[in-house]
Formats: sequence, structure tokens, C-alpha cells
Amino acid sequence: MTNTPTEVIFRIRRFDPAVDGEPHWEEHRLSYTAGMTVLDGLRKIKETASPTLAWRSSCRMGVCGSCGMFVNGRPRLACNTQVTELDTNLVLVAPLPNFTTIRDLVPDLMPMFDAHVALHPYIIRDDVDEQYGPAGEFVQSIHEVEQYLQFSYCIKCGCCMAACPTYATDPTYSGPMPLSQAHRYNVDTRDGGFKARRKDLAGERGPWRCHYAGECSRVCPKGVDPAKAIQLMKRELVLDYLHLLRHGCPAKVVPRPAGATRRDGIPDAPAPTIANAPRM
Amino acid sequence: MRDQRWWTWHVAAGLVILVFLGLHMVIMHLDAVVGIFNPHGGHPIEWANVVERAKSAFFMVTYIVLLGAALFHGLYGLRNILFELNPASALKRGLNIILVAGGFGLFALGTWAAWQSFVLATTHVIAHTL
Amino acid sequence: MLEYKGRPNRLGIWGWLGGGRWGAERYLYTLHRLTGLGLLAYFLMHIFVTSARALGQQAWEQAMATVTGPIFTLGEYAVFVAFAFHAINGIRLVLIELGISVGKPIEPVYPYRTSVDVQRPLAVGVMLVAAILVVLGGLDFFVLK
Repeated sequence: MTNTPTEVIFRIRRFDPAVDGEPHWEEHRLSYTAGMTVLDGLRKIKETASPTLAWRSSCRMGVCGSCGMFVNGRPRLACNTQVTELDTNLVLVAPLPNFTTIRDLVPDLMPMFDAHVALHPYIIRDDVDEQYGPAGEFVQSIHEVEQYLQFSYCIKCGCCMAACPTYATDPTYSGPMPLSQAHRYNVDTRDGGFKARRKDLAGERGPWRCHYAGECSRVCPKGVDPAKAIQLMKRELVLDYLHLLRHGCPAKVVPRPAGATRRDGIPDAPAPTIANAPRM
Repeated sequence: MRDQRWWTWHVAAGLVILVFLGLHMVIMHLDAVVGIFNPHGGHPIEWANVVERAKSAFFMVTYIVLLGAALFHGLYGLRNILFELNPASALKRGLNIILVAGGFGLFALGTWAAWQSFVLATTHVIAHTL
Repeated sequence: MLEYKGRPNRLGIWGWLGGGRWGAERYLYTLHRLTGLGLLAYFLMHIFVTSARALGQQAWEQAMATVTGPIFTLGEYAVFVAFAFHAINGIRLVLIELGISVGKPIEPVYPYRTSVDVQRPLAVGVMLVAAILVVLGGLDFFVLK
């Protein structure tokens, strides 16, 4: 908007399962304050008008991924969305689609997390002892880090899942977030778990139901570009089927050089307080 | 488990169709602009032209390849669309059977037609009227 | 996890159609599906009709007679248009889904280009080629007899 608005109208989709049969819209008028985000508006409404309004938020600065909502027809983070960037003074706030609504603006994200866990989103290596009692550092070049760094910025907000047309009709599809995170670990050179993940990725849990609508990448608030990750993963899986995929060894550990001593004034690390870390 | 393989074949079939169906479209619908493989002039679907192509081993083989690729590509695509609408698993099993059976049945029909017309054309049983 | 009485909130098939606030690629995806279904429906009938050539000239000319007429010509042109779009967009999808024209992983510093931005010139080029084919086909169908 070229002119700063003086008044903003919030229309919020309310639903209390204990009381309502169907959701309904509730309208509130607020005076605009400089830099007002959708989250600021929700807080004001809860403080002054509607104390029963429920939503999730935490960091209020776009890093925790809690406040994913459907604002003016697009999945966005409420804390990251300035009211002025919506180009209208009518702000429609609804819960994130493609997830069951628990109450008001709170979606049930557990199906997304279940799909995420099913694709083993962690480093899988043979040298388990090394991971729990590290003797040195993993070797990884800057080029190797670049292959997965973008996809590691995911904050699990669920906006991509809400935008995906396949996930809109098919709840068994893994979805952009779990798939892009599986790719993030597949291309991380410290990981040796491609074969373990491939068992799931070759079948129904894989990226085969993605047809590149690209919406997930358009709405991602962190620039993770899950669509790109999924296409790169398809390429890997096709090459794997054709037996053309070169599997690098998981990154080696570089032990401390023999005879290396600490510089003066740097104390040793304190003894571990947990004797035996629980192993997954 | 097998989606990884089927999808790869789906893409490969798409590329095969691009080449052969592209050629088919050029023969049938761009003949006024480009004009190939219709040696008797006139309409591409006139009997004379059909017999000329039926005689050709190249056309017989490529029609069968195109038929197989297009049936697989199309029916797998249809399966994708239907399965994404999240039907019950009994319905999924039924759809699998119908699509596979229908696909093989139509492939058999088309292959018979291509082979039969090749045999008849090369043995001059069917001929064009001059 | 606590038990709760929630309300399903899936967009369902509306999610395939979008609502005007979605990007062009989502519509290309929906159109690719629609043209695919149209082509498949035509193709299944086409196998039956063209198999008549194995039964001789009379059978063939009878089969062709049933599919002649202005409505059929229009229908066949629609199939040609569907093919032009589906095939050329298909080339674009092959390039994208094999990870060729989506760009490399980057450090997402504003203003970054997502894979959607990287493939946008390809999408535009693809639509232009499809449009040219549609025009050429239109010439053949309706103008140059």
C-alpha cells in the first residue's frame, strides 16, 4: 500500500470444538501501528476484545516455525507478515489448511512430523561410537556444505504442506517438508544412510506424487526451496535405479594431529556429566 | 516400493511418445505445412496412404512401440490422478487390476491390428485402387 | 498426545485448482493433468477406430465415415491443442523433475531466486513453442485444405 492505513480490519476464523458445530468468522477493527504484523494484531485482539482466541506463536521473529497460518489466501508466518505487505486493510486469518484444526488457528501438525520421522531425518553412520564420543571432526568441504545448507534452514512451520496441491487431496503423501529434509540428509556427506532411506523413498513415501506445482517453494518463509530439493532427490533416485549413482563414503573423521597442544590460556573441556548418553 | 521404477519408465515413455507421436502429428495434421509420408497426396487418412504405411516395417514397429509407451504413460498417469484422490485400499486394488488388464487388452488389440495390416499389405491382399 | 475433537481442514480438489492467488506453475500442473486425461480418453477410442484398417478398405472407410463432420474436426483440433501443450510442457517437466533446470542449492540471502524463478524462462519459452504449434495446427485443420 502506498498510503499507511489508519485502520485495519481483522477477520478471524473461529472454531471451538466444545461449543461450535461449524467455524465462523469474527471481525475486529484495530488502529494501525507502525510495523504491525499479523501476530501483533492477534495479540491486540486477544488482549482487548477476544480473550478466548487461540493460536501458536513463540519467537515472533520468523525462526521457530510456530505461527503458520492462512493469511489472505496464502500460508504465511503471522509474525513475518507485515499488514502493509498485504496491499489491503482487510486481513483474513484462517488456520493452516491440509491439517485438522484443533481450535481457532491451531492446526494439528503431528501427521507432518510422523511423515518426517519416518524418513530418518538424522545422520546415520556405521561408527556409532564416534557419534557419541567424538574423537575428532568430520571432514567436509565448503562445496559439500553448499549441497545441503539451503535445505537445513527449514523451521518445520508447515506452510509448504498447506500450499501443496497433492497434500491437499492425499494425506498419505509425505509432503514437501519431510521429503526435502530426507534429501538434506541424503546429500550431507557426513551421512551414510541413503540405502536406509531409499527403502521408504522408492515406494509410496517417496517424491513420486510431486508434480512440480512449485507452490511449496513460493510460500516457504525461509527460502528452503523444497521443490528444488524434491526434484534433485528424484534425479538421485532415478540414477540409483539405473545403477549410475556414485555413493561417496561418509565423511571421514580427522583425528587430532599427533603432538598438537592447546594454546596457552585455553582450559581443557570439563569432564562429561552424563556418563552414558542414551542411544537412539 | 516400485514407484521408483514405474516413474522412471513413465518419463522414458514420455520421451518415446514425444518423438513418435510428434512424427504422427506431423504426418496427420501438419501435412499441408510439412507433408511427409503421404505419398499419394490428398488426405493422410485416405486408404491409399494407409496402405503405404501399413506396408512399411518401420511404421509397423513404431506403431507398436508408440502404442505400448502411450498406454503405459497414459494409464500410469491416470492411476496417479485417481490414487491421489485417496480412495479406499480395496478400490485401489480394483483399479490396479482394471488398469493393467485394460492396458494389456488394448495393447493386444493394437498390436494385432498393426501386424495384421502389415501382413495383408505386404502380401497384396489389401491394396490401394489406382 | 492429548485426544481432541478437531475439524478436518483439507483443501481437497480445490487445492488442485487454486484460487487466483497461486502461481502460474500450479495452473500449468492442473492443465497438464486435464490435457493428459483428454488425450487418454481420445486415445482409447482411437485404438478401436484405427484398428479397422486390418479388416480391409471397406471397414476402414466405414470407420472414417463415423468420425467425419465439423464436430469431429473441432474435437480433433482440440486433441491436437491438448497434445501440443502436454508434450511441450512435458519436456519442461522432464527437465525440471530430473533436476536439470531447477538451479543449484544456494545460500538463501534476500532477494533469492527459488527454483520457480529459475525455471520461469523455460516455462515462458515452452508456452511460446506450444502456441506456435497450435497456430500451425490450426492452419492445417481449418485453412489449408
